[in-house]
Amino acid sequence: MTNNANAPSTNAKTLYQKIWDAHVVREEAGQPSIIYIDRHLVHEGTSPQAFAGLRAEGRKVRRPDLTFAVMDHSVSTTDRTLPILDQDAKLQFEALDKNCRESGVRLFDMNSKNQGIVHIIGPELGITQPGQTIVCGDSHTSTHGAFGTLAFGIGTSEVEHVLATQCLVQSKSKTMHIVVSGKRPKGVTAKDIILAIIGKIGIGGGTSHVVEYAGQAIRELSMEGRMTVCNMTVEAGARAGMVAPDETTFAYLEGRAFVPRGKEFQDAVARWKQLPSDDGAKFDVTVELQAEQIAPQVTWGTNPGMVSGVTARVPDPHDFKDLNDQKATERALHYMGLKAGTPIVDIPVDRVFIGSCTNSRIDDLRAAAHFVEGKHVNKSIKQALIVPGSRGIKAQAEKEGLDKIFTDAGFEWRDAGCSMCIGMNADVLPPNERSASTSNRNFEGRQGRDSRTHLVSPVMAAAAAIAGHFVDVRDFALESVE
Amino acid sequence: MKPFITHTGLVLPLDRVNVDTDQMVPKQFLKALTREGFGRILFYDWRYLPGEKPNPEFIMNFPQYKGASVLLTRANFGCGSSREHAPWAIGDYGFRVILAPSYADIFYNNCFKNGILPAELSETQIEELFQRAEKYPGYQLRIDLPNQTVSDNEGLTYKFEIAPSRKEVLLEGLDDIATTLKHEPEITSYEKTHAATATMFDQVDVKNYSAGAP
Repeated sequence: MTNNANAPSTNAKTLYQKIWDAHVVREEAGQPSIIYIDRHLVHEGTSPQAFAGLRAEGRKVRRPDLTFAVMDHSVSTTDRTLPILDQDAKLQFEALDKNCRESGVRLFDMNSKNQGIVHIIGPELGITQPGQTIVCGDSHTSTHGAFGTLAFGIGTSEVEHVLATQCLVQSKSKTMHIVVSGKRPKGVTAKDIILAIIGKIGIGGGTSHVVEYAGQAIRELSMEGRMTVCNMTVEAGARAGMVAPDETTFAYLEGRAFVPRGKEFQDAVARWKQLPSDDGAKFDVTVELQAEQIAPQVTWGTNPGMVSGVTARVPDPHDFKDLNDQKATERALHYMGLKAGTPIVDIPVDRVFIGSCTNSRIDDLRAAAHFVEGKHVNKSIKQALIVPGSRGIKAQAEKEGLDKIFTDAGFEWRDAGCSMCIGMNADVLPPNERSASTSNRNFEGRQGRDSRTHLVSPVMAAAAAIAGHFVDVRDFALESVE
Repeated sequence: MKPFITHTGLVLPLDRVNVDTDQMVPKQFLKALTREGFGRILFYDWRYLPGEKPNPEFIMNFPQYKGASVLLTRANFGCGSSREHAPWAIGDYGFRVILAPSYADIFYNNCFKNGILPAELSETQIEELFQRAEKYPGYQLRIDLPNQTVSDNEGLTYKFEIAPSRKEVLLEGLDDIATTLKHEPEITSYEKTHAATATMFDQVDVKNYSAGAP
């Protein structure tokens, strides 16, 4: 990591600075600024107390037209025509519906054909657009930064604040430039890039910074891949992650439901082209990685920074210099039921989960389907779940026949939602069982009490399902991996 | 919100780095509709064995820490999920102050919305406090926000830094929304020049409750 704090200042602006400047409602020296919010996304889990707070104070939602609500965290991924047995979840769904109805907020409820995980459907429907400020009561709001937006997660009190004022009180963050140079090798995905970054800078490495990603390996990613990278930026502690918009961004957005058409679209593209950081723009910190040196990643511990290349072994606590790190590693290995020195590829897996706002987009499903086609889930695997991020993605995948490939190979094909990433519905990882999961957090208990999560890319998860343990996907015929 | 001026209380040393908010409030408790009552489930999986029997090995269940109101812990406290249920649980349990070398951004921000002071001290200072908490039974700390100090009865005093605007929020117990709404004309004027809209050009399957929107 290079600290650039002493670099000469110029008038060149970063992408972050440009979006910030365009959204300042009020500035006062020595005080945080009031910034305007262009899109407020809301889900059932973190919003009921915010709406209740508004009601208690007799306040109204200022801009219901800029607010979008969705049911995603607790929804069933099986048959939604069945009665909801989880009474608490049911009450939350009802509360969200009532709150939206009373305040005039558009709602994607669990039966909408466009329902899906909040960070999947925002981009998919073109609600997310370059240059915007986007917030949601959910840390993975950083996902939307892939479009060159300033997007970050907030707590419920701030959800209430945005509902009431369409603004947030914010101090400017520091900036971090993460440059991933070179060409991404086959079998190495966006997920591996972001896990390698978190492994390098640590889970607190980005704290109080907004990250902008750059370099050939980032530029060559699809929008789906960029979303994966920005999604997990919060796992490095950063406030937000961003990628400057380019032709890949514009091509993705054209024709989506909330994106303007014709001349209006051309005008928008012209504006969006002004967003990328100016040459010579100054960042507080720069981090550099070489894509060629990144291997498929597997987490072995209880936070996303406890990660290694697939060819490595589970580390020994004494490999770490810092006493706190030693203790944390010891505790993590105990929780994970792993012995130091075990080759990662020798770790057996009980369940496989391909889904979440990190890795459930059409590209992810295509890559996994491509790998498993003609193969079968190993007999030792208790469950292998495919949970598309949205019903739109589900429909697209079915049109391409991916569902058939998955079910023929022994996977379960489910309906859209957060599912086993957070286990708020019935998709819970049982105690002491081990998952290969494409989600974003391997914290203790994240997928279920005493469950053991290993974070990997979709193709690595698919390969683990076939083999029954982790494997290096680069060992397979090149045509099996993208 | 209850203002925070000074606080003196028993210290509970939680000797772990990178404590994430999933540990403070596990997912099954995110289905609530209110902000109340989360203290009972704070650090649920660590604090209770299956069947909700207190885990005798977890520090919060040690009798000598009953009534603790100052949480002493390690770096990057509150990482992970944005769930404000975490500070709700910390506050409802009775903690008014957290002392750590660093905090995750969203959690740090959420503390101020709930009258909890997350004070930042250096790694060395935190280490010294851990040693004192072990050495002196019933170790108490006094936190003085106006003077930005943490002190004990053994002659130790540390200064801590806090942004003046954050300090004011706690000292005054300010309601952020009311403060922002004082600038309502500026918001309206911004909206006139910055025409944020969200027009649907293709029909999507959404409950359009927004018929009356501007």
